[in-house]
This record gives sequence, C-alpha cells and structure tokens, in this order.
Amino acid sequence: MEIRILAPTGVLGAGFRVESLERGVALRPHVIACDAGSTDSGPYYLGSGQPKLSRQAVGRDLRLLLKARDTLGVPLVIGSCGTSGRDIGVDQVAELAREIARQEGLSFKLALIYADQDPDYLTERYDQGRIRPLHPAPPIDLETLTDSQVVGMMGVEPIQRALSEGADVVLAGRASDTALYAALPHAMGADPGLTWHAAKTVECGAACAIPPSADGLFVHLREDHFDVEPLDPGARLTPHSVAAHTLYENANPYLITEPSGVLDTTDATYTALDERRVRVAGAVYRPSDTYTVKLEGSRLVGYQSIAVGGIRDRVVIEQLPSLLPKAQEYFRAKIRDVFAGRVNPDDIDIDYRLYGRDAVLGGRDPDREQPAHELGVLITVTAPTQATASAIATFVTHTSSHLPIPQYEGLASTIAFPFSPPETDRGPVYQFTLNHVALPGTPHEMFRTVHEEVTP
Amino acid sequence: MTRLLDLCSLIRSKNAGPFVLTFDFMCHDQDGYDRLRTSGVLTPQLFADLYGADPRDVLVVHHDRAQAVKVSLPRPVRQGDIHDSDSYGGQQYAPLVDLEIPAPPR
Repeated sequence: MEIRILAPTGVLGAGFRVESLERGVALRPHVIACDAGSTDSGPYYLGSGQPKLSRQAVGRDLRLLLKARDTLGVPLVIGSCGTSGRDIGVDQVAELAREIARQEGLSFKLALIYADQDPDYLTERYDQGRIRPLHPAPPIDLETLTDSQVVGMMGVEPIQRALSEGADVVLAGRASDTALYAALPHAMGADPGLTWHAAKTVECGAACAIPPSADGLFVHLREDHFDVEPLDPGARLTPHSVAAHTLYENANPYLITEPSGVLDTTDATYTALDERRVRVAGAVYRPSDTYTVKLEGSRLVGYQSIAVGGIRDRVVIEQLPSLLPKAQEYFRAKIRDVFAGRVNPDDIDIDYRLYGRDAVLGGRDPDREQPAHELGVLITVTAPTQATASAIATFVTHTSSHLPIPQYEGLASTIAFPFSPPETDRGPVYQFTLNHVALPGTPHEMFRTVHEEVTP
Repeated sequence: MTRLLDLCSLIRSKNAGPFVLTFDFMCHDQDGYDRLRTSGVLTPQLFADLYGADPRDVLVVHHDRAQAVKVSLPRPVRQGDIHDSDSYGGQQYAPLVDLEIPAPPR
C-alpha cells in the first residue's frame, strides 16, 4: 500500500513555486491539502471575521490548486478558511473558488463544512458540564460563551464524510491542521500513528526544510513508514530538521493532541534516504475514550486610539517613572470633567509602552534599569466606543507633550510626535476568551456540511 | 565563558496557542546538546522568574533526536490582550541568549 499526500504550502495565500506544484502533481498524489488559517495572528481575525491574507494572494494559490486538482481528479482539502475558520471565511473562499471555476472552465463537487458554534448549543453543553478547560484556561461563565465568536476545531470525521459523499473540493471552517492531511489516508486504512505523524510533519509545508520556505512537501505513506521530501529540488530535509519540526508551536513535542486521541512520537525514528529525503517510522496513535473538540473564542473588548512618539532628553527620561503615574491620575480627573460623568474612568485603559526600557518584556525585563539615551513611546487608549477613545487620546497626547518637569521652569515639550495628528484610530480590539474543549455527542454534531455542484 | 547562544543554532520563542508560550533551544550538535543538558541551567524556576509563571506549570522537555530542549509555560498575558506586547511571542527569548553556561565538571 502507498498513499501519497501533496502539501503545497504552509498556509493558503502564503504562496509556493509553480514548478514545485507541478513536481508534486507529477508524483500523482491521492490528495492535496493545506490549511488557510491559525490563531497565531491574534484574536482580531476570529473576532471580526476578517481574513489575514489578501483575496489576491489566496486567489493566486487557490487557482493553481484547483487546476492541479482538476488535472489529477483527486480531492483538494482546505481547512480553517479565512484565517479564523468562521463561516464567513468559508463563504469568502467558496466565492473565490466559484469565480475561479468560471474563469478557468472548471467543474467540481464542492463541500463546505461550517464550524461556527451556536450560543444555544454551547449553553446546553455548558450546563451539562461538557465544556471543560484545558490548562491554562481563563475563567469563563455562560456570558463568555454567548458574547464570543466561537468556532470548534473539527477532526477528520466531517471531512471524511464530505469526501465519502463525493466531494472533490472540501472548504472547511476551523479544523485541526493535521486533520486535513490525515482525513483521506485515515479513511483508506493507513496506520494511524504514521498518518498523524506524516500530517504533523507537513502541516507547515516546507517550513521544516533547509532552507525554510513558503513551498511544499510530498509524502509517500506506506505500511510501516513514510517518506517525506521537499518539492523544491533546491531544498532538503534532514532527520534533524524533520524531528525538530515536532517542536514547532507545540507545548509538548512528543505528545500531540487531536480530537480523537494523542499522537505519541517518543519512539519515532528519522533516517536519511539521501541528501534531501527522510524516512520516518515508529510513532503511535492512542485513541482517547472521550472525543473532544477544541473551542476558540474571541470577543470585542473595546476600541482603541494610539499615538507614537519619542523622548530624547535625558531629564525627561529620568523623570518618567514619577511623571507617568501623575499623568494617569490627571487623566482620570479629566475624563470625569470632560464627559461630565458620562464616562467612567475605570472603563478606560491608558497605557504607555516605553520602547528602549521594557516595552517588549515588561516589568520583569532584567535590563530595564539600564540607562537609555532615547525612548520610543507608544500610547494606547482603549475605550467602550471609538468616539470616546479618540476624544480621550487627543488630551492624552496633549498632556504627554507638556509633562511638568521639575527642573524646568515654563512650558517644555516633552515628547516628539512624528505625525500630525499624533493620534490614530485603530478600530475594534478583541480578546481570546477560550482555551476549552467541548465534549460532543458525535464528531459531527458541531459541524454542518453543504454540498453544491460548481460549474463554469 | 560559554553562553547559551554558543551552544545553539536557534533560540526561539513562539505561541503554542493563545495561552501558552513555548521556547525552543536547538543545539549546534550532540556535544552542545549534551553540554546544555548536563549544565541544568534551563530550569522551571528560571522561566518562572523571568515570565511570572508558577514553576509547577513550566514543562521542560529534552528531545534527543532534535538535539533540542523545549520549555513551555502559561503565557504572561493572553495573546493579543490590550497589554500584550508581543502578539507572536517572538521576542520573549531575548534575556536567555547570553545565559551563562557553567563549565562542565572535570
């Protein structure tokens, strides 16, 4: 038995070499798969539903993949559409796929798998004690679940069902990256340990190649091992680079949790086949007693205005630790005064980040007491509405540029603002709210699949 | 004097999801990896002090085949929160680069 998997790129829209895809197609894969999203870019994408990568960049990759799939007649599986994997992201990528089909004269059976979670469903599961925290998890209550945009991370099962129902192209909402690659081999009866380990190896595309790049990998999955190679003939994989990839963005490199179980790579072996291909064996998959679907949630916490400036005078720099707390007190009084009690200062967050002192590492920076000859200042004002944030930012910047320096008589200018106006509205700000799993009745009940025929 | 960077080809910090910060210390070679392991400098307490975690929540894993040490701990603030300074967690490793590695026992 041999099952071949083409992983064209780490994320749809990141790009890949056309020659690499052609090479992958020539190797006759049984499936082409890639993901189109992640939480790694922050809570904005899940909260707002906006994609991180441009329509143009996603369309470029999708066009090439749809044409490759058409040439081969094999399934194309794309998950976490639109960065967050929200329903709106699936719909946007589907619209792009239909447009490409019209332009390129392509026909295919399309399955859309939606992963948004209904607040009523979450409420029911919460009341049943079937929403459980991972570690570490923020405390939640029912309101956290119903106020957040929540997606569930699907496993292989909804994808396998869509494929068995005849889908040529699967566009899935939030999905485990590995599930996209594992779905078909798993359904074809491949060894689960090898399947999940192969999936984990290729899920970032050629990120584990030397040199790392936005390009593809190819897997030959057999009874007792899999072979993996980069599609770019100029790139190579080594036993070390493949083993090291199990560390990437994981808490534990040996134990990787999936909805239906845990991949254990403790006893995996990595052997060089030649200078650029690696043979991998030995990983074990342990099915869990309880099926779990990871939940991701993001909610609006306010609106932000920011200002960027710099401080160069050593006297001002020296005085900042005592001046900034005084400024904060002044702002509280000013907010009460200006808004005549309609805005509570407790609902407003005003923050100074001092680049050059401790802006990146915070109060625990071991070097924060080292003298700095110049400081970059990022001021953030976060408020319940954009209008309030903007209004407060204008007097925050004004006050910041005239801090009272004890050594100076008269009005000094204490901050250099490069822009006019110094304030910029940044729009809505979101917060991740969940590090939890739901325990569904079946692997399917949290996801909804819609089939359609796409014709030019 | 040997510093951590002398033993490593890559020192990296990343998010492992929005609530976990993870560090990878990829060694140049087997000698460097052995030296780092035996030095015992990458302790839960070190990370607890630098990043404000409970040492019991700091996971230190040695990966022999990757010649790497991996350390994971709860993120000081959740990713993207209004006081998060490093959305990708990508610069949090900085204070570790020059960590002193004691000379091996003779």
